[in-house]
Amino acid sequence: MFHRESGVFKTSYAADMALYPLPIAKWAVAALAGLFIVIVPLALDEYYVSILDLILIAIVGALGLNILVGYTGQISIGHGAFMSVGAYTAANLVVHLGAPFWVTIPAGGLMAALVGAVVGIPSLRIKGIYLAIATLAAQLIIEWTINHVPAISGGVQASIQVPRPSLFGTPLESQTQLYLFLMAFAVLAIVGTSNLARSRVGRAFIAVRDQDIAAEIIGISIFRYKLWAFAISSFYAGVTGVLYTYYLGIANYEQFQITVSIDYLAMIIIGGLGSVLGSIFGAAFVTLLPIVTRWFLESFGAFIFSQADLANIIPNLRLILFGSLIIFFLVVEPEGLNRLWRNVRNYFRVWPFSY
Amino acid sequence: MNKTTAAMFALAAGLSGALCLAGPAAAQQKEVVIGMQCDRTGPTQITGVVLCPAMHDYYDLINASGGVDGYKIKADEIDNEYKVPQAVEAYQRQKQEGAVLMTLYGTPMTVALNQRLEEDKIATTSPGFGIAAAADGSRYPYLFPIAATYWSQGAAAVKFVKDKLGGNLKGKKIAYVYYDNPAGKEPLPIIDELQKREGFELRTFAVPPPGVEVGAQILDITQRYRPDFVIAHLFGRSPAAAIKALKSNGYPLSKVVGLVWASSEADIQAAGGFAAAQGYHAMQFAGAGDNYPVRQQIKAMYKKEGREPIKLMDENTVYYNRGLLQAAIHVEGIRNALKLTGGAPPTGTDIKKGLEQIRGFTLDGLVPPLEITPTDHEGGGWVQIFQVKGGKFVKETDWFRAYRDVVEHALKTAE
Repeated sequence: MFHRESGVFKTSYAADMALYPLPIAKWAVAALAGLFIVIVPLALDEYYVSILDLILIAIVGALGLNILVGYTGQISIGHGAFMSVGAYTAANLVVHLGAPFWVTIPAGGLMAALVGAVVGIPSLRIKGIYLAIATLAAQLIIEWTINHVPAISGGVQASIQVPRPSLFGTPLESQTQLYLFLMAFAVLAIVGTSNLARSRVGRAFIAVRDQDIAAEIIGISIFRYKLWAFAISSFYAGVTGVLYTYYLGIANYEQFQITVSIDYLAMIIIGGLGSVLGSIFGAAFVTLLPIVTRWFLESFGAFIFSQADLANIIPNLRLILFGSLIIFFLVVEPEGLNRLWRNVRNYFRVWPFSY
Repeated sequence: MNKTTAAMFALAAGLSGALCLAGPAAAQQKEVVIGMQCDRTGPTQITGVVLCPAMHDYYDLINASGGVDGYKIKADEIDNEYKVPQAVEAYQRQKQEGAVLMTLYGTPMTVALNQRLEEDKIATTSPGFGIAAAADGSRYPYLFPIAATYWSQGAAAVKFVKDKLGGNLKGKKIAYVYYDNPAGKEPLPIIDELQKREGFELRTFAVPPPGVEVGAQILDITQRYRPDFVIAHLFGRSPAAAIKALKSNGYPLSKVVGLVWASSEADIQAAGGFAAAQGYHAMQFAGAGDNYPVRQQIKAMYKKEGREPIKLMDENTVYYNRGLLQAAIHVEGIRNALKLTGGAPPTGTDIKKGLEQIRGFTLDGLVPPLEITPTDHEGGGWVQIFQVKGGKFVKETDWFRAYRDVVEHALKTAE
């Protein structure tokens, strides 16, 4: 007989700590993993795989930012710059030492973590909008440094070409190969963040976010955990930068300017602060929305506008649509897509006996 | 289920429906697909809104007269908002739609996609964007700057200043004011080298992005340094701000030359109009003004179809003509490629070879006497200088280039 559990009843600490509170979640994740790791790369055309590649990179960055903003309650408008720190670290290692990707990716992450921790120092004294300005300054300082120090930027062009990553001697060139490469790191980032959130460190982050004075009183070192949050978050950003560098084959600081920092903030706010699934939703949403709105306009715009006007209307209307959809989703569910998804899921869990 | 959730479902269903409808169009017979990336909305949209329609106009003109040897040109335009992820997605989509020739927009996007171009073998033009070293076709086989690079522009500017100052630069003072990003700094090694050769005194003034605050630098130039000539390499809103500031500080604009992105009608208008900017020298890699037959042909085409050309065609001839130059080079490249293939559909490699055979194609003076070869993808590095005089741009020099040995040396030793 087909039946479902009538609720979530936890009877042990282990059950409370479990990643998947219900067996169905486990099966769903396994099915999704199978779909995206096995079926998608085999079935999809290269173009669609390339879009997924961009989403995977964005997922790593969004998760990192969510650790800082969503879990720890600090803010950073400097994540674009942390990505460029990772990118240039990796590019220099590749060009000067011929380092393989399994060295450059952690190295880029660590360097970004170091810089991020230093940038995080003001967070010990200032909060909220003041901290935002401090990190904004970091973004500009890092950009300026890369632009003006040839030892980092590799010359006046400030761009360093990097060969594609190779695994067992085979360079990963096609979009599908890169997809699997990026998928490995995205999965690591997802698993890492989900586990971080329910570890001692993660709980300390959440305590700092909810009320830092109370957290200090119960014995959490604010100093240590705020800097940890900045370091871990910047580590993710650095890895994102390295992945971008490998994906494009070039490190260039103009790819990591302030608009990128803002885009990532948009991702986690739309997706849902303080949730892993939300970061994934947000990364996918912000990456796909411009593409989908363009497809939509290209398909239906011709009924309203002439072809010559369309070329000019599509990009502009796309921006308007992009902005209004973000507002729409936030008005419908201020807690982000993750909450929206939970609402839908909960509705169907008790269907047809909704109350 | 409440109403909003229902609305979400409806929206999701609608969007996925749109996705299914918008599948890639099947490639048709006798058609060459060109992938165009534009920026009609991003920070440089001031250029994109003129340049891209101009390219479409030229393709329409060619298609209206039967296409290129029977092949129609299909220009697939995607706006990249001056963002790298969008540019990557646009590139993949255009590749999927069978584009064998592309045009990229913006330096970060050009460098980001360069490696893909080589892997996928798609010939690509990027006039005024990307890196000067890309002029070397043996190192960047699929990237064609086709217009004068910043190195050539810097060299030409020094030559122009030399001519203006009586043929000798010894002991003269030149100020180089530039936008503080990689593109802005690019001509510096060339100008430094020429300083040693010509013996002039050089001082550089960096304008930090976004470049609208130029007051301090201009004051420094006009009141303290007092140079004999100013070379301005600025982008976006900053050329206009610089022209205004120079004017209000009483510096004669006839002693200022702007490189190619400080040289459009839009810059002059934003600086207070042509009357205010009287005397300013503007460097061009395509002819400026309305005085070219191809423009009359496009206007005639519009008249015949009973439509109106875009207003900016006459309001911003500089960028419009640059669009024409780019489209015309594309068409010539395809024409040459079709000769090579004997009428079979050309591949990206064929078009690369076609572009490398462009010689003596001037479009009645709008295009410089380019000579693109497998090693020189810049086509020689020709520029023209126009001066603001009597309410319009007046041609001051013919196509010229200068100090090729310095530029070629820089190309050879580039990293």
